[in-house]
Amino acid sequence: MNKIVEKKQLSDDVYLMELEAPYIAESRRAGQFIILQLDNNFGERIPLTIADANESKGTITIIFQAVGKTTIHLSKLEVGDYIENLLGPLGTPTEIKKVGTVVCVGGGIGVAPMHPIAQAYKAAGNRVISIIGARNRDLLIMEEEIKKCSDEVIICTDDGSYGRKDLVTAPLKELCEKGIPNEVVAIGPPIMMKFVSETTRPYNVHTMVSLNTIMVDGTGMCGGCRVTVGGETKFVCVDGPEFDGHLVDFDNMMLRQKAYKTQEDQATHKCRIGLTGDHK
Amino acid sequence: MTIPQMDMPAQDPVLRSKNQKEVALGYTEEMAIIEASRCLQCKNAPCIKGCPVGINIPGFLDAAAKGNFQESVDIIKEASLLPAICGRVCPQETQCMEFCTVGKTLKDPMKSVAIGRVERYVADLERETNSIKIPAIKESTGNKVAIIGSGPAGLAAAADLRQDGHEVVVFEAFHKPGGVMIYGIPEFRLPKAIVEKEIDTLKEMGVKFEMNFLVGRTRTIADLIEKDNFDAVFIGSGAGLPKFMNIPGENLVGVFSANEYLTRSNLMKAYDKENVDTPIYQSKKVAVLGGGNVAMDAARMALRLGAEEVNVIYRRTRNEMPARVEEIEHAMEEGIKFHFLTNPIRILGDDNARVNAIECLKYELGEPDDSGRRRPLPISGSEFIMEMDTVIPALGNGSNPLIKQTTQDLETTKWGNIVVNENNKSSMDRVYAGGDIVLGAATVILAMGEGRTAAKAITDDLKNR
Ligand SMILES: Cc1cc2nc3c(=O)[nH]c(=O)nc-3n(C[C@H](O)[C@H](O)[C@H](O)COP(=O)(O)OP(=O)(O)OC[C@H]3O[C@@H](n4cnc5c(N)ncnc54)[C@H](O)[C@@H]3O)c2cc1C
Ligand SMILES: Cc1cc2nc3c(=O)[nH]c(=O)nc-3n(C[C@H](O)[C@H](O)[C@H](O)COP(=O)(O)OP(=O)(O)OC[C@H]3O[C@@H](n4cnc5c(N)ncnc54)[C@H](O)[C@@H]3O)c2cc1C
Ligand code: SF4
Ligand code: SF4
Ligand code: FES
Repeated sequence: MNKIVEKKQLSDDVYLMELEAPYIAESRRAGQFIILQLDNNFGERIPLTIADANESKGTITIIFQAVGKTTIHLSKLEVGDYIENLLGPLGTPTEIKKVGTVVCVGGGIGVAPMHPIAQAYKAAGNRVISIIGARNRDLLIMEEEIKKCSDEVIICTDDGSYGRKDLVTAPLKELCEKGIPNEVVAIGPPIMMKFVSETTRPYNVHTMVSLNTIMVDGTGMCGGCRVTVGGETKFVCVDGPEFDGHLVDFDNMMLRQKAYKTQEDQATHKCRIGLTGDHK
Repeated sequence: MTIPQMDMPAQDPVLRSKNQKEVALGYTEEMAIIEASRCLQCKNAPCIKGCPVGINIPGFLDAAAKGNFQESVDIIKEASLLPAICGRVCPQETQCMEFCTVGKTLKDPMKSVAIGRVERYVADLERETNSIKIPAIKESTGNKVAIIGSGPAGLAAAADLRQDGHEVVVFEAFHKPGGVMIYGIPEFRLPKAIVEKEIDTLKEMGVKFEMNFLVGRTRTIADLIEKDNFDAVFIGSGAGLPKFMNIPGENLVGVFSANEYLTRSNLMKAYDKENVDTPIYQSKKVAVLGGGNVAMDAARMALRLGAEEVNVIYRRTRNEMPARVEEIEHAMEEGIKFHFLTNPIRILGDDNARVNAIECLKYELGEPDDSGRRRPLPISGSEFIMEMDTVIPALGNGSNPLIKQTTQDLETTKWGNIVVNENNKSSMDRVYAGGDIVLGAATVILAMGEGRTAAKAITDDLKNR
């Protein structure tokens, strides 16, 4: 049982929550995630990145987009409520090195998991350029936090309502052409990570992506999270979530993410129109 | 010897293939008494050496034959912590029943005294009549022992250690305790209420359970010993790393490891579509790859989740199948199709990367190999394709590397199994291990036995410190 100690709505359907989890706060590293379940008997286990942690307070922060049954449910919980099951930290931490200039590309909700990684690169003495993008101004999250840990921030929106009217790949390409990045990190929708990897490939810039496959246990036991990386099968929950973007088979991963699409859509629909408000 | 073995009453195959309820219904009192009285009370009791924990088999059968069921279960519990579970899932025909004189005389271990069925009867009776006694706990030793994993190895170790007077905390990654008995073996073979009852007994004894705690990530073994002052650690983390065949197409949509398929349906209860959030793939034609218990469970689960046709594809023949004989028989009765001497070589998919077929190769039996088993050899040019929308590799489990990776001094084999001595002590001071993480994929009773061996060693070692 983990108590919700803070809740904020960051945009239309993106929420931030601070949860009591002293052990996780103590041992987590950048790049790791948790799995939570809202109901011991009926709930689904879903993975969410640890966006931040406060070791002295014993709390972790998650930032999530209410996209389906479980995340919509979670968004309705309030400060003082409890999350029944919370497991973590999971995954292999990001390998942070001093490489020179690191370009951190975050798209949509991916800006949240990007944040601790950008922070860690900065702390390790790198020059950090962040490119953050969203469909429009209202959906852009964590701009202030990203600014704090970056030497330079480039903002892109699809509709031009804020920053550049561009996809994140456009400024990234310009930087690559000037030979600036020594390392690129990209987190966001799979399609964005795929095109970021395609953008950097001709310039041979090592590009790390953080994958968000469907998961069950998060401990390497089920294999449901597997992806093809460089022709080999890898488990995202233990071998990842970060991989070399130039080796990931994004097309297969995107198709695998849709394995339960019909059932999820039905559940989400019921949830949105309020047929299944609460369990029990 | 003239009395034939009592048949096990079972749910009708057509009905049961649509529900999750237990298939084997258990003996009646009369049947249990008759079956127990088939025992010849052999002086040398050869059956005992077939039981990994050495239950006094003639002793408990004699009590049962006389109708002294509580005495009977008490005798079993001297050696085994989980008789209601082992009576159901032990591969008896290769353990106690293999050595039974009755079976030897009738030249068929399946005709031996049905030891496990009587064991199940007396254990069920004790539970159903609420007669389970909470064992006495010795005076506190002031020592603290951490158990990693709540499968049969961990539970058995926890029970003995608690009785010895130590403070015991079980750390479990999942949100429910029980290990494979909860997430792997299906309800229709091992009702979860039975496992939960055993765990309740441990809780009443004062064993603490910390769920959602992944040792190696949430805290390391070193943390447990150095920061949290545990005096000893027992690792019972199980096998838990699904094997795949490494054939083309294994990452298509519609290919699930048996672990994933069974976890979704057992632990996450995906069969309860009305109430539960975890989805399961809607299948019509399913191929399950493998011939062990895991394969039988996945195949029978797929049938119960509404598949129209379930096929088991196995490289050897029925005689070599490692699954329990009873499960193979039940699966056949339920209408599952078996393709023996057949091996998949490729899984095919449509434009959306969804499985639509599987390509296999036929095999024939060649000369016997070193183990005396005739080796299956591929027949060249025998490739053929079967339409399928779901493929479930059920090839067993390797060992999960997490604990090894986060515990530098722990010695393991090249397969990742923890190396232990005859007392189940590892290469590290204060650290013991047992069950599947030591043995590779084994059985519930073997895991339980190892947990008990380790518990004894821990108590002995702590006394000498
Ligand atoms: C390692 C990891 C870290 C993640 N971190 C975050 C995070 O910090 N914040 C956040 O908002 N989300 C994160 N996700 C994604 C998050 O787990 C999913 O959004 C969540 O599982 C959806 O559950 P649901 O029941 O609300 O929606 P569902 O009803 O299950 O699905 C709703 C929609 O979301 C899609 N979807 C389902 N699962 C995923 C998934 N794993 N990834 C992408 N799309 C999915 C479905 O196809 C469907 O269209 C992460 C995923 C992984 C694997
Ligand atoms: C589908 C299936 C059917 C089977 N059928 C039979 C049968 O009919 N008869 C039979 O005798 N045997 C059967 N077996 C085998 C039997 O279940 C196992 O041999 C037995 O459960 C092993 O026990 P264990 O205690 O070693 O580990 P497990 O039962 O695997 O339990 C290990 C537990 O440890 C937890 N864990 C792992 N790592 C960590 C960690 N780092 N931190 C915290 N917790 C952790 C896991 O989540 C799990 O709950 C079957 C196995 C499967 C998969
Ligand atoms: S525990 Fe298993 S092997 Fe031992 S007597 Fe019972 S059924 Fe036979
Ligand atoms: S070998 Fe068979 S008949 Fe003999 S004591 Fe054991 S169970 Fe009874
Ligand atoms: S989520 Fe089960 S192996 Fe990764």
